[in-house]
Amino acid sequence: MSKYQPYDVMPGDKVNASGDPVTVDRYTGSARINHWITAASLVLLALSGLSLFHPSLFFLTYLFGGGDFTRFIHPWIGVVLFFSFCGLFLRFWRANLWEGADNTWLARISDVLRDKEENLPEVGKYNAGQKMVFWSMSALIVVLITSGIMIWDRYFSNVFTVEQQRIAVLVHATAAVVAICVWIVHVYAAIWVRGTISAMTRGQVTGGWAWRHHRKWLRELVTGGRKS
Amino acid sequence: MTNSWTDIRNTDLVIIMGGNAAEAHPCGFKWVTEAKANRGAKLIVVDPRFTRSASVADMYAPIRQGTDIAFLNGLINYCITNDKVQWDYTKAFTNATYVVKEGFTYQDGLFTGYDETKRDYNKSTWDYEIGPDGYVVSDATLQNPRCVWNLLKQHVSIYTPEMVERICGTPKEKFTKIAAMVGETSAKDKYMTSMYALGWTQHSKGSQNIRTMAMLQLILGNIGVRGGGMNALRGHSNIQGLTDLGLMSNLIPGYLTLPTEKEATFDGYMSTRGFKPLKPDQMSYWQNYKKFFVSFQKSMWGEAATAENNWAYDYLPKLDVPQYDVLRVFELMFQGKVNGYLCQGFNPLLSFPNRKKLTAALSKLKFLVIMDPLDTETARFWENHGEYNDVDTASIQTEVIQLPSTCFAEDEGSTTNSGRWLQWHWAGGTPPGEARKDTWIMAQLYQRLKALYQKEGGAYADPILNLSWNYKDPGEPTASELAREMNGSALEDVPDPTDPTKLLLQKGKQLVSFAALRDDGKTACACWIYSGCFNEAGNNMARRDTSDPDNTGAYSKWAFSWPVNRRILYNRASADLTGKAWDPSRKLIEWDGAKWAGYDVPDIAPTAKPDVVGPFIMNAEGTARLFARGLMRDGPFPVHYEPFESPIANPIAPKIRGNPVARVFKGDMEQFGDAKDFPYAATSYRLTEHFHFWTKHVEINASLQPEFFVEIGEELAKEKGIKSGGWVRVWSNRGSVKAKVVVTKRIAPLNCDGKTVHIVGIPLHWGFTGVAKKGFGPNSLTPYVGDANIETPEYKAFLVDIEPIVGPTA
Amino acid sequence: MRFEFELPNPPTQDVKSDLSERDWVRRSASTVPPPERKLTSIAKLIDVSKCIGCKACQAACLEWNDKRTEVGVNVGVYENPHDLTPDMFTLMRYTEWVNPETNNLEWLIRKDGCMHCEDPGCLKACPSPGAIVQYSNGIVDFVHENCIGCGYCVKGCPFNIPRISKVDHKAYKCTLCSDRVAVGQGPACAKACPTHAIVFGTKEEMLQHAEGRIKDLKSRGYANAGIYDPPGVGGTHVFYVLHHADKPEIYAGLPNNPRISPLVNLWKGGAKYAGMAIIGLTAAFGLLHHVISGPNRVKPEDEENAKKLAKGRAS
Repeated sequence: MSKYQPYDVMPGDKVNASGDPVTVDRYTGSARINHWITAASLVLLALSGLSLFHPSLFFLTYLFGGGDFTRFIHPWIGVVLFFSFCGLFLRFWRANLWEGADNTWLARISDVLRDKEENLPEVGKYNAGQKMVFWSMSALIVVLITSGIMIWDRYFSNVFTVEQQRIAVLVHATAAVVAICVWIVHVYAAIWVRGTISAMTRGQVTGGWAWRHHRKWLRELVTGGRKS
Repeated sequence: MTNSWTDIRNTDLVIIMGGNAAEAHPCGFKWVTEAKANRGAKLIVVDPRFTRSASVADMYAPIRQGTDIAFLNGLINYCITNDKVQWDYTKAFTNATYVVKEGFTYQDGLFTGYDETKRDYNKSTWDYEIGPDGYVVSDATLQNPRCVWNLLKQHVSIYTPEMVERICGTPKEKFTKIAAMVGETSAKDKYMTSMYALGWTQHSKGSQNIRTMAMLQLILGNIGVRGGGMNALRGHSNIQGLTDLGLMSNLIPGYLTLPTEKEATFDGYMSTRGFKPLKPDQMSYWQNYKKFFVSFQKSMWGEAATAENNWAYDYLPKLDVPQYDVLRVFELMFQGKVNGYLCQGFNPLLSFPNRKKLTAALSKLKFLVIMDPLDTETARFWENHGEYNDVDTASIQTEVIQLPSTCFAEDEGSTTNSGRWLQWHWAGGTPPGEARKDTWIMAQLYQRLKALYQKEGGAYADPILNLSWNYKDPGEPTASELAREMNGSALEDVPDPTDPTKLLLQKGKQLVSFAALRDDGKTACACWIYSGCFNEAGNNMARRDTSDPDNTGAYSKWAFSWPVNRRILYNRASADLTGKAWDPSRKLIEWDGAKWAGYDVPDIAPTAKPDVVGPFIMNAEGTARLFARGLMRDGPFPVHYEPFESPIANPIAPKIRGNPVARVFKGDMEQFGDAKDFPYAATSYRLTEHFHFWTKHVEINASLQPEFFVEIGEELAKEKGIKSGGWVRVWSNRGSVKAKVVVTKRIAPLNCDGKTVHIVGIPLHWGFTGVAKKGFGPNSLTPYVGDANIETPEYKAFLVDIEPIVGPTA
Repeated sequence: MRFEFELPNPPTQDVKSDLSERDWVRRSASTVPPPERKLTSIAKLIDVSKCIGCKACQAACLEWNDKRTEVGVNVGVYENPHDLTPDMFTLMRYTEWVNPETNNLEWLIRKDGCMHCEDPGCLKACPSPGAIVQYSNGIVDFVHENCIGCGYCVKGCPFNIPRISKVDHKAYKCTLCSDRVAVGQGPACAKACPTHAIVFGTKEEMLQHAEGRIKDLKSRGYANAGIYDPPGVGGTHVFYVLHHADKPEIYAGLPNNPRISPLVNLWKGGAKYAGMAIIGLTAAFGLLHHVISGPNRVKPEDEENAKKLAKGRAS
């Protein structure tokens, strides 16, 4: 029996109706591992990157055992991040496809910030903000890995001209700043919207959380994809 | 050098031709830079390639290799035609006014008396008319059609700017521009210096190349003056010293000559030396020959050389051929007539022409002894190094004995630089491993030979057994002991003939200079021209006083300059017939009414009156020779002869191949290539980054110029489809080499006699030992022929073909 | 006669270094107190018109710094090694140039290496405190124990000079022989130069000497002879006399008007502060929002609704 599978319902997403409160499986173990590798890489990259970006933050290199090792490890972490993020991308890209409702959601962003979700359309697995984080991170990581390789002196110093490297270093820095900001938004949103973090720790959220923030997704899970 | 390195800073015009001073003598070249920067001197470079010297020149002109005489005769012709002659100098100080014997002629490239089968001249007509008084006939008015000047004028008249362009490929405008610059130095206060090196010597007419420039310098009044001269840039730090001490097989130290077979008796030997003056009251310095010779013999054999045995004249070998030059020795070796070869500080396998022949020759030896600080190619000639030395080791039976020797920095002693300065140096390091000084090796060899003769006897052992060997340690004479021996000492007390209570010379004391030498056996001196280097005043070669009164560039208290600390040879010629300096701002010595005095040691008797005694006292005439008499084998005037391998026939004498009197061994003539098979004119040279074949053993030098290459012009590269940085094969009729190629604008094709001539440049620093990349030397390609007078091999002009190849895979 | 600006021979006794951190005027990614004394500004003058391209400077540089470069290959040019390397701090660059005015070939030979800019781009770009310092005499020096090998100096340099070692991952370039200068000697290359094309002294003396050289060159027909002491980087402590000062680019690409790239200026100037500000603002916005709006909590009715929905499905 083939089932209609909504685009934002992913394998493993499941409502556990028997519990009280109802719990919803939002992320599989492997997705969570993938996420946390990415997250850790990103944090380490931000710290090591910032240490070389502004002299006042050079002290951060001590976290990595000094400037030499920071210079050595930063690009390798970048490589880890890139592949790890590729994993996330492959998992989540479908669920992050943009929909008409996302525009409405975005248009009512002030309601979002003021916690008036009743004014918003019902949201699938991801709201427009999450999707924007996803897509901007995807784009930024491509930019960062590309520009990063161009200034990875150890292996690529002879491949690009100094002028190209100068452009790359500026692009890399700019993209990194934006990425850090996006990351801040992402983390803040997870903190602000209570009950979110458990999705990435235990893989579960409560039914109420899903009802409140991703009702369309919850409905899809309950109906098993059947149109009600 | 007639002058010194430091004197070059006094010049108005430097002409570098037949050399590449900036490239091959960068340290000495600083004096050119100084002259340019401080005097506004100009620099002319004439070379087939736009060299490193050319890169800092005011004027560069290309020339086809091997055509320098045409260019220089062209300059002489220009100066004569345009009245750019220092007339007072030319008339008084050269043989321009002398009348040449009836019968002497020149036609179609040949002088009177040529014998084609002997490849030699009967030179009897090549001399002056001698008057009834026994002196040379001269015509001060230069009216006599047979005077040297008129013959010279006639001789060079064909070398017009058009002819120069036709032969040399030098554009006419460039030639005339240079001629005008050179001509200006005929002014009494304008001097040009000529700097040359192997670019002139390594030709089948090398001696004449140099002689032609000397003639030009003479008619311009540029010899014997500050900032003038003929300045040979010697290739090794001490090659001048080696030459002074008898490098050539027909010489003994101080340019005395070894007897020939025909000179069986001492009197016979002496009769052709010690030239009688050809002018009244002229000083002919070689009249002292006997003093130099006897003192040399006393230095060699001490008490065994007596008046009774003609100072051991019989101990000297008598030459059966003009000389045993390197080409002849290797030819004999090739014929299997040489058993053993002691090779001291030399790398013949890369240094002599036609490497294939050299390998064959060395393979016929019973033994080869190598004394060298480095592992040379010659020492390894038997070892197969793939294509770089493709020999069949098993078939070579030569026993090779390598004796590691010290290098200059591990040794004390003196080196004689191009400017004839004997400069003492001290050991800077300890020799590695088993390396021993050459003096130790030679002394040990002598001691063992002597012991063998004593024990076993032998045919005429006297020269060995009686050799004077008075060194503190007979097994290792010290540098000081040898230097003192060269300076010479008194063997007996010599009383002053005017006051017998005084001693002229005290027994055992070092001689002040060669002026004290005697022909009665009371003095010993191993090398008369070096006398004064280590006298009772001490080791003058070790002097390090940089004072230079009035900034003349003489530095008379720095080291010792032979002869008698004279810094500029023929310096008497710097003053006119009244004894006043031609250029008062560049005074050297002047006549004060009673004697000569000034900044330098006068090159004349101090009391010789200026209007009586000519300045060139080593010539019996007292004047310099524009007409060489019979002293040059290939003619009293220089003639343009093509190289033996030339892209065109000689435009002035199409039937003559090469130099008509250059010696060519049987078999070598057949190995000369023709332009139809080998269309490109090749030349060999050195690069600044390396010193001969030594520095390829040094990591830094090797990294600065790592790999053998040849250079060609962009036009030839295009024609042949050759890409810069790619591989090519270059071959002559004697061999083939593989090389990287540098395509450059610095080598441009020339138009000679209506034909486009492409040049292939082949530097010579690579071989198969050392730390640089393995490579070849140009001697794999060069012809086996030397200069007609002194047999310097013709390395600078030969023919090759070239093609692009796929390089060896690394 | 002594040569002008002849450098002294090495002392036979120990000499104390007269160059220390007290003479720093700039220190990368950090600040230094103003020095108590101001050393005389020094300079190395490279007179291209006197240079014969002998590479003695390269050999002397390798010897003094105790470096070796590989025995490489010939690639159809005279440059060896083929570029500056972490071991070869100076390089003769050869250009064959046909002068369009005279139609004569000129072989332009320029000694390449660090220019020791008054306003050093490498120092500006360097993120590591104290890895690059500038002395009050003008020498810009790399302090290798502080270098992290990031290659930012390469991007900062308008002359493309520093090279990063593949062995120890540190940046290297000409030190102007700061260790020799510190004991009253001149740079090794200047000492070795046979034609005195490289001279060393105070900047003022060198400028004066250059004037004389330019006069000489003009008298020889080089109407555009001049110095190359680019103002875009505040002048340099290694500068050239060129026969064709109007066309520096013909000397193996000597930049016409070098200055620190605007990209680098942006990166190390505005971007550095703007980036930090943007990050800070974003974080502050979050904080502020949280303070104002408080946490977004799931309400009990949400759980109820969820339960209903789930049960509804189950029944």
